[in-house]
Amino acid sequence: MNSKMIGVDVGGTFTDVFILDEANGTAEVAKVPTTRPDQSGGFLNGIQQRVSDLSQIAVVVHGTTAGTNALLERKGAKIGVICTQGLRDVLEMRRRDRPRTWGLRGNFDPVVARSQRLEVPERTLADGTIYTAVDLGAVKQAAEKLRDAGCLAIAILFANSYANPKNEIAALEVIREIWPNEHVSASHEILPEIREFERFSTTALNAYLQPEVSGYLGRLEKALKSGGFDGEFMVVQSNGGVMAVDTASKHPVRTALSGPAAGVIAAGYIASSAGFDNIITGDMGGTSFDVSLIANGQSMLSAQTSIDFGMVVRTPMIEITTIGAGGGSIAWVDKGGLLNIGPESAGSDPGPVAYGLGNDRPTVTDANVVLGRIDPDNPIGGKLERLDVEAAKRAIDTHVGEALGLDTLAAAEAILRVANSRMAGAIRLVSIERGFDPKRFAFMPFGGGGALHAGAMLDEVGIARAIVPRYPGVTSAMGCVIADMRQDFVQTLNSLVDHIDLKALKAFMQSHRDQGMALLDAARTQFEDRLVTFEFDMAYIGQTHTVSVPIEVAFDQNGYFVPPDHDTINAAFDAAYTQAFGRLLKNGVRRILNLRSAVTGKRPKFDLETLAPTNSDPVSPKATRPVHFAGQWEETAIYERLSLPIGTVIDGPVILEQPDTTVLIEPGLQGRVDRFGNTIIERIGDVK
Amino acid sequence: MSEIDPITLSVLAGRMEQIADEMDATLFRAAFNPIIAEAHDASHGLYHAVNGDTLVQGKSGLPIFVGVMSFAVKAVIEKAAADGDLEDGDIYIFNDAHIGGTHLSDMRLVRPYFRDGVLFCYLASVGHWHDMGGAVPGNYNPAATDVFQEAFVLPPVKLARAGKFNQDIIDIMLRNTRLPQSARGDLNGQLSALDLGVKRMDELLDEYGAETVSAALVALGHRAERLMRSELEALPNGRWEAEDFLDNDGIEDTPLSIKVALEIQGDQMTLDFTGSAPQCAGPVNIALPTTVATAYVAIKHIFQNLPANAGVMRPIDVIVPKGSILSAEFPAPTGGYTETILRMIDVIFSAFSKAAPDRVVAHAYGTINALSIAGKRKDGKPWVMFSFYGGGHGGSPEGDGLNHGNAPISTATIPPMEILEAAYPIMFRQWALRPESAGPGKHRGGMGAIYEIEVLEENGAEAFLFGERGRYAPQGIAEGEEAALNVFSYQQDDGWHKPPLASKVRGIRLKQGQAVRLETPGGGGYGPTSERAPLAVARDVASGLLSAVNADETYGTAWREAQS
Repeated sequence: MNSKMIGVDVGGTFTDVFILDEANGTAEVAKVPTTRPDQSGGFLNGIQQRVSDLSQIAVVVHGTTAGTNALLERKGAKIGVICTQGLRDVLEMRRRDRPRTWGLRGNFDPVVARSQRLEVPERTLADGTIYTAVDLGAVKQAAEKLRDAGCLAIAILFANSYANPKNEIAALEVIREIWPNEHVSASHEILPEIREFERFSTTALNAYLQPEVSGYLGRLEKALKSGGFDGEFMVVQSNGGVMAVDTASKHPVRTALSGPAAGVIAAGYIASSAGFDNIITGDMGGTSFDVSLIANGQSMLSAQTSIDFGMVVRTPMIEITTIGAGGGSIAWVDKGGLLNIGPESAGSDPGPVAYGLGNDRPTVTDANVVLGRIDPDNPIGGKLERLDVEAAKRAIDTHVGEALGLDTLAAAEAILRVANSRMAGAIRLVSIERGFDPKRFAFMPFGGGGALHAGAMLDEVGIARAIVPRYPGVTSAMGCVIADMRQDFVQTLNSLVDHIDLKALKAFMQSHRDQGMALLDAARTQFEDRLVTFEFDMAYIGQTHTVSVPIEVAFDQNGYFVPPDHDTINAAFDAAYTQAFGRLLKNGVRRILNLRSAVTGKRPKFDLETLAPTNSDPVSPKATRPVHFAGQWEETAIYERLSLPIGTVIDGPVILEQPDTTVLIEPGLQGRVDRFGNTIIERIGDVK
Repeated sequence: MSEIDPITLSVLAGRMEQIADEMDATLFRAAFNPIIAEAHDASHGLYHAVNGDTLVQGKSGLPIFVGVMSFAVKAVIEKAAADGDLEDGDIYIFNDAHIGGTHLSDMRLVRPYFRDGVLFCYLASVGHWHDMGGAVPGNYNPAATDVFQEAFVLPPVKLARAGKFNQDIIDIMLRNTRLPQSARGDLNGQLSALDLGVKRMDELLDEYGAETVSAALVALGHRAERLMRSELEALPNGRWEAEDFLDNDGIEDTPLSIKVALEIQGDQMTLDFTGSAPQCAGPVNIALPTTVATAYVAIKHIFQNLPANAGVMRPIDVIVPKGSILSAEFPAPTGGYTETILRMIDVIFSAFSKAAPDRVVAHAYGTINALSIAGKRKDGKPWVMFSFYGGGHGGSPEGDGLNHGNAPISTATIPPMEILEAAYPIMFRQWALRPESAGPGKHRGGMGAIYEIEVLEENGAEAFLFGERGRYAPQGIAEGEEAALNVFSYQQDDGWHKPPLASKVRGIRLKQGQAVRLETPGGGGYGPTSERAPLAVARDVASGLLSAVNADETYGTAWREAQS
């Protein structure tokens, strides 16, 4: 019987697999090295380590960095663009920005060379009027030229196609007849939203990824099937929802932040199960610290992101703020005598000085090693035999201690203090600056390194507690199993509320709903519930920043929408605007820019208690070692974290170790194992 | 004052920068006009209680404000000293550019911050308002001969006294703008940003104590100074000159010299602008505060890791003689200050390249091209499309310049074409890179752009342009070559025309179906053309940005090698 649900997260170093057996309520994890360049090797290897008969699997959900990496490394396909006469350079001109404020250095090559961006006579105006009908002969000629030049995918980018897609549709039909594969997309299909650069960029990057990502997903699916797999294969999107593999092949650009999004989804679920609906997640990797905020159980979504300078992707994605302070970030003292952390990083290769792989400048991890917080004899990941503590000390002396007149330990503590203050800054940024009080939030570290810094976040930001999930190293893989199925839609309306055509609005809403439901129907997964939500991007006329205005929609007895009327829209805007800015504008004229719709299929959730510790006997420390805190060494107990029974309470200083994570509980803090096996860290005085 | 440990200093530096950043973000979100909300033409920071020096400033505001804000605070300090009535809860407001720098569109708010009854520092906010009255909507009047033709002038006055607002001042201001609602919205945003700054400073001082934070502020100034001095010490001693020209002042068609002699001696630098043109009739004058601030902007482009702190300027002497175009006196018009300060940055780069060619980039396109197209719709409602346009950045020691970048004094992005087309009765026939516009060199400049805009409105429209570089092209450095000139043309019944003052024009009448065309300069080239890589030449030819004929003429050997 096929009762297994599998989440697979392919990261830069490791491929994590999370296997849930719904029949007997058990879960297990596997961690295997990521294979490169083709990640499908590690993917299958990871699954097969735990499941020999693939026909037992009901669902495989994949969090992938294939798309992100192809964009960052510029390894997408050779593609062509057909665009409106006069606009071939929009992709290269961007929004007239620059890579960095200061220095005036750096330039930009778009993913499509200028010679593969061809113009055709056609023009639609902003109100949807066709000013010049599309010259289909020219379209055909251009497409043939691009095909003969070896382009593997093609993007049609016409001005104002969000307002009327007629010219793009006509061009699509002509090109499909002669194009040798499926990879033909028009900008109104990918993003029917005003702003040509953002729409063109998203569409072109989608085309750039299509051959690569659809090929990769196709190979995976084929390999799974040849092993007897007959279930549903899905992919996590940047918005934190999953989509079917054929949708992902058509819209690979939606996977740009697939892996990190899955992590945030899992973090949210773990926290709310544990009783905390407000959390700030912190994923500390080799080069960066990624922070995301979940309020009342809801992740924040942002409308777009830049994968790199000029590489703009506009699809809804879980908002993740990244700062360059990871374990591999380099500590250095500038000419003015100020200690800095990053942005330069030694990453995971060559990595920290203690790895002995060629880097000689001290990193955050080196400071943790020197202070005894990381066990030099059992490095995480299993690649290395042991860590070179002496080399780490020397590097800290040379590059930090001498410049600041500090001894090795004081210099190492200084590195951690500055790194912690930068991480705390990122937490303030996502909370305080957006009107959330961090004291009402719990901090959830995941990834390999975050749990070493959890206590510092309580101190620096005034957060009440940290929750370290039972398996912080496989959070993203677990998120794959938890995530709902979700499709987002957008349509630019650009109309004053008083002038909005309610019939046309209803048709857009109905079409979004129907498309979303059809995708849910096509999936072979069970849904506990289906949700359709709508919101408008609105502003007063003259304002450029819009506010999101959620709209409640009623249904008539036949199950059809009753579209909102003008008064409902106005009232909803006033409520949202008041919440955002405090006061309304007298006599302001309200405008709707976009309709945004989301169709969500709620997937059944598994009970996290299946992961809880089964051992109920008290556990003694497996060892002790000296760890340096606030200027002195303290002999610190080391526990095997996974064997600690539910209800265990331990006062710091203490270190909890598991194969891929080290949890540090500093003096003055207390750790407690909850009924799911999470470790809750609180100040001793605060514990109720 | 106690010495502060370097680690607490690092932590406090980050915290205070975050306060200024958060003030920026507050205004960007709340502002009503797109020049602040989208183009981020605003800035916030913390300033010294006694001398107004910049202590900390936000990273996201407009670069030129980094240097200019302290002059606004100094003006308030002088005013408060003269009146002898500074109190906790006061907020000063003004736009006078001759006192506070830049131009009259920039509204400055300065608020003393008190701790336990003692003045601790100043908080300030500046933002570019949409309209401040004057002869031309939006205040870019290329024909202004004094400030009164540019905008309503407000000297430093108390908007709030001990926490109580003076509604009379608000009423006077709102009566003097064409867009009172926008002005009111922006004012509210700036006040919110200052409130937030006060709240965050309170929290910071509660946490660390006033003494520690004071010590950090002093230490940050010393550190900034030390950084600057150590950068200068690493450079050769000597004196280097450079000169460039503005096309004209919009009134009289005479070129205006901008000239600098840059001298480095040990850990000190002098920028002497003696020999630059005298104060002129038209609006390309700048006031002394703007000149000093611009020197700072140029220096920070050269040494990017310098902090936004007045300590940086301690080892630098800026000399401007009285009566210069760079020290214009009230009521000389300053509305077009952007063009003059861009030229200042160009000459500083040129002079610096002679001292250390590997530290600077070639000239960027060098004009903001403020183009407005305006008219009346069928129903009689007026419309004004006002925007700045981009061009190429200079080639650098590392590579080619950026195609279609923003001006070095700004980080503003351009509004999307589709947003403009949806808002105004116009259509862009072309929005493209401009081939052959880059300055050649080992690393060529970035390409400028071509924007061709057709009027769709039956009633036609009028066009105004405030631009530069129509007569003097952006220069290359380290033997790199100059870029193409700025070219503006407009369509009439008998064909295309060019204005007599090159890049400045007022009130061109356009009929429905007629267009204007702006071809912006690229950036100057870096290094000799003989060193350009054959592949790079071949790529430019393949992309259509360089013709084979010009490739052969400019890059001879490399081009022939690329073909073989």
